[in-house]
Amino acid sequence: MRFVDSYLEGVRKIDEIIKYAKIEGEVAEIDARDLKHKELNDLMRECVLRGARKLILKNVCGQRYIGTRLFFNPGVNVEIIIYGTPGNDLGAFLSGHRIVVYGNAQDGVGNTMDSGEIIVHGRAGDVVAMAMRGGKIFIRDSVGYRTAIHMKEYKERIPLLVIGGTAQDFLGEYMAGGRVVLLGLNLKNGKHRSHYIGTGMHGGIIYLRGKVEDYQLGKEVGVVDMEQEDWKFLEKVVEEFCGHFGNEIKVDKDEILGGKFMKLIPVTKRPYGKIYAY
Amino acid sequence: MKSHLLPDFIVERLEDRCNRCGVCVKQCPWGVYSWNDDKTDILIDYTKCVGCQRCVVYCPNNALIVKPYYGSYRPNAYWTKEVISDIKKQAEQGGVLLVGTGSDRPYKVYFDHILLNASQVTNPSIDPLREPMELRTFLGRKPDQLEIEIRDDDIEIKTELYPNLVVETPILFAGMSYGAISKNAFLALAMASKEFGTLFCTGEGGLPKDMREEYGPVAIVQCASGRFGVDPEYLNCAAAIEIKIGQGAKPGIGGHLPGEKVTAEISATRMIPEGTDALSPAPHHDIYSIEDLSMLIYALKEATNYEKPVFVKIAAVHNVAAIASGIVRAGADVIVIDGFRGGTGASPKVMRDHVGIPIEMAIAAVDQRLREEGIRHKCSIIASGGIRCSADVVKAIALGADAVYIGTAALIALGCTMCQKCYTGKCAWGICTQDPNLAKRLNPKEGAKRLVNLLRAWSLEIKDMLGGMGINAIESLRGNREHLRGIGLEDWELRVLGIKGAGE
Repeated sequence: MRFVDSYLEGVRKIDEIIKYAKIEGEVAEIDARDLKHKELNDLMRECVLRGARKLILKNVCGQRYIGTRLFFNPGVNVEIIIYGTPGNDLGAFLSGHRIVVYGNAQDGVGNTMDSGEIIVHGRAGDVVAMAMRGGKIFIRDSVGYRTAIHMKEYKERIPLLVIGGTAQDFLGEYMAGGRVVLLGLNLKNGKHRSHYIGTGMHGGIIYLRGKVEDYQLGKEVGVVDMEQEDWKFLEKVVEEFCGHFGNEIKVDKDEILGGKFMKLIPVTKRPYGKIYAY
Repeated sequence: MKSHLLPDFIVERLEDRCNRCGVCVKQCPWGVYSWNDDKTDILIDYTKCVGCQRCVVYCPNNALIVKPYYGSYRPNAYWTKEVISDIKKQAEQGGVLLVGTGSDRPYKVYFDHILLNASQVTNPSIDPLREPMELRTFLGRKPDQLEIEIRDDDIEIKTELYPNLVVETPILFAGMSYGAISKNAFLALAMASKEFGTLFCTGEGGLPKDMREEYGPVAIVQCASGRFGVDPEYLNCAAAIEIKIGQGAKPGIGGHLPGEKVTAEISATRMIPEGTDALSPAPHHDIYSIEDLSMLIYALKEATNYEKPVFVKIAAVHNVAAIASGIVRAGADVIVIDGFRGGTGASPKVMRDHVGIPIEMAIAAVDQRLREEGIRHKCSIIASGGIRCSADVVKAIALGADAVYIGTAALIALGCTMCQKCYTGKCAWGICTQDPNLAKRLNPKEGAKRLVNLLRAWSLEIKDMLGGMGINAIESLRGNREHLRGIGLEDWELRVLGIKGAGE
């Protein structure tokens, strides 16, 4: 069997692809149409090394790991504007950058993301915000399966994921921290259809706008009453959400906040503490 | 409920030697020894003894003997004391039996059924004391071919090389997380690696920020299913990154670091609240296929600008050769295979003792498969799980590994006595504990010295064995099965190991 390294094969050197970038001062525009995954990331890194702090990517079509290669020590903050459909692992391990997508995103948005911001003017696929450690992700529409798995937090570093629509099964599985807000703006009858919400959850909070039945929840989560500070938090989050997508969703802040919210938290910090014999 | 269990150990005190100094009371974290009310005598509750031998070693008068409890049920080769005790324990507590360390069951040890070759007459053996003997090992992907340019006296490699790691001996320290082991034990491993010129794996508990600058360059940082402590700086400060899929002690399941071990400092490196269980899911939830694995491998390469080799660690299981082939094709630079003897801080006993295959079989099968497919050079293989001595290292390499990981052996060097109580967090030797009073028993400097001594001793022995075979570089031994012969093995075992029987 021939060995094929599909990711690296045929990758051109930077001087062959630099023609796809137009750098003017701090702004670089890249036409991604003919670029392979690694070529686009090579080129983005090159543009930043040449001083660009805003990258505008046109014709993006499935290229993976956008933003991942931009870790520098000391760090710089880059704004990445994407037109098209970025590929899997958008902003994986992201360190401080801001990514705006005009289009849909695929799987693994913000995988193990450390800090920064990702805003998707569309929907996103599976495993969004997996093991996210910090920063914010806003998705205008819905997301796929296994969202916010094992999201974490530590003291004031609390990651935030806001989803305008709904999520499929296993939302918040193994969640250890962070905040997930599911706004349910596109629900037909006000009901989310996700199952196994918060299975194995042992930290963090999920806010759901809309209805879920008990059987849709994992054994490790409980529904508690919303308190004043929850509303204060949600008000801020929804305002930010509307700031990003207000023109596109045609619902205003008050209408969203007027909906029925549920607050889910883990029932114990040690869901599996009692299954062992010593 | 009254416990029906028999004790495991009994403590014998030599009364003519004991002067009731109280060291045993201080040293034992299990509560075996206690002062009587007026502090005139020391009482012994041997039912609590786990056999860690801490009190024996530290008794200044050599007055203590800890030995297996000799009272027994009616002898029965089938219903042994272990079987009976396990049933009683589960009947009393109703849970999954937990254990620490690797499997202690009497399965056949293949290392002990393999003998090494030596030169006699037809080729000269080499004296490593007089002649150079190369143990330096390069880990990582190698190119298909090497293009060189010779200019005058200079030779230049034209081929673009993949990032490789250099270790001065083919022995690295296996992943043991800060959290599972104490900071002092973790530090000792890091310090020894730096001093000797090898590498240690962080396990999945992250690398504390204050260690990154000094020990990052000798660290293999792990990215496991819980993604604890994985941040871009952690990935970039390291020598390499290891994706942990599984481990030999508990293939196929995740891990639960119990909440009582998640102290303030652990909680900072793992990024979870204090006192919370640190749960590592069984699979990575972004990896459900070889294609998904490839995606994480390249995500990590992207995150580190293609400067670091990426390891993938799996447990040795039934189809290990086919899985390894997939891992190489997914883009891994190094495959770590952890045999069923591999150690752990905590594992369900049933997983530890009944799942996986021996490391010897796994290395041989993987090496053979990758050679047949012409992709052996695309990755290095690290054999892990139950490497006990330098002869095991040599046999593992001759069976096809590039290097080995040692975990249990390293901990034994630090003081571990294999009492198997790691999961309780009360390690009397300061290794597998987060209790500051226990952890401080292990001095990292002294620990590092013991580890360096062990590496030095094994390296000298490896050179002796190599010299005896007439080989002067460890890489000439890799997969060199002509130097191995089986003894007491069946035909199918010889076939899987790819070696001849003794005398053949």
